[in-house]
Amino acid sequence: MKLKYFAWVRERIGTAEETVEPPASVRTVEELIAWLSGRSEAYAYAFEKPKVIRAAIDHAHVRPDAAIAGAREIAFFPPMTGG
Amino acid sequence: MTGPVTIRIQETDFDVAHEIAGLTKGRTDIGAVVSFSGICRGDEDSARISALTLEHYPGMAEEEIGRHVDEATSRWPLDGVTIIHRVGRITPGENIVLVVTASQHRQAAFEAAEFLMDYLKTSAPFWKKEESAAGTGWVEAHARDDEAAARWTKS
Repeated sequence: MKLKYFAWVRERIGTAEETVEPPASVRTVEELIAWLSGRSEAYAYAFEKPKVIRAAIDHAHVRPDAAIAGAREIAFFPPMTGG
Repeated sequence: MTGPVTIRIQETDFDVAHEIAGLTKGRTDIGAVVSFSGICRGDEDSARISALTLEHYPGMAEEEIGRHVDEATSRWPLDGVTIIHRVGRITPGENIVLVVTASQHRQAAFEAAEFLMDYLKTSAPFWKKEESAAGTGWVEAHARDDEAAARWTKS
């Protein structure tokens, strides 16, 4: 699946997008965050406060317990500050 | 909804009068147009800002705004909606965002514009980075914006 990162999540991880294949045991958005956090210091820093992180699956906002099965694109970003 | 819906995300500035005219041109059924312009302030919490840089999530931003326009048109009898959100670097005094709503009567136009603006702030995927003498930093979300959006879900 494709992952996208925005704003300070993108800056902390150091990339705007990548393709990952998490193990089958990773079933939800919050499990994906935990799995990503274990990849490196940069990911751990980006996701150090997982409750602050917002997620979207295929361009729609989702909650941390949302299932990731079948997702084409998952995005992680801070609370939005547009308008 | 009997009128046009326009959603644009662009780096260039927009002309408010031109956008309003575009919604009402050739129509005699519209009795009310409300427009809201969001403008870049030169200071935030008494700190001087030299510029904002707006980042967005291409694709999702348009879709998310579209979902809220759909909800607005189901809640109010609207005859046209235009939403423009700028991205890139914006300096104090420049436009950031425009919401224009058209309806037969003013109440629907006022309420729909406020509803759309409240959701643009809290759920459309845009992020502001501030430049000041102290350096650059991402703007933090305000609880007051979440509260403003939440009131539309109360009965």
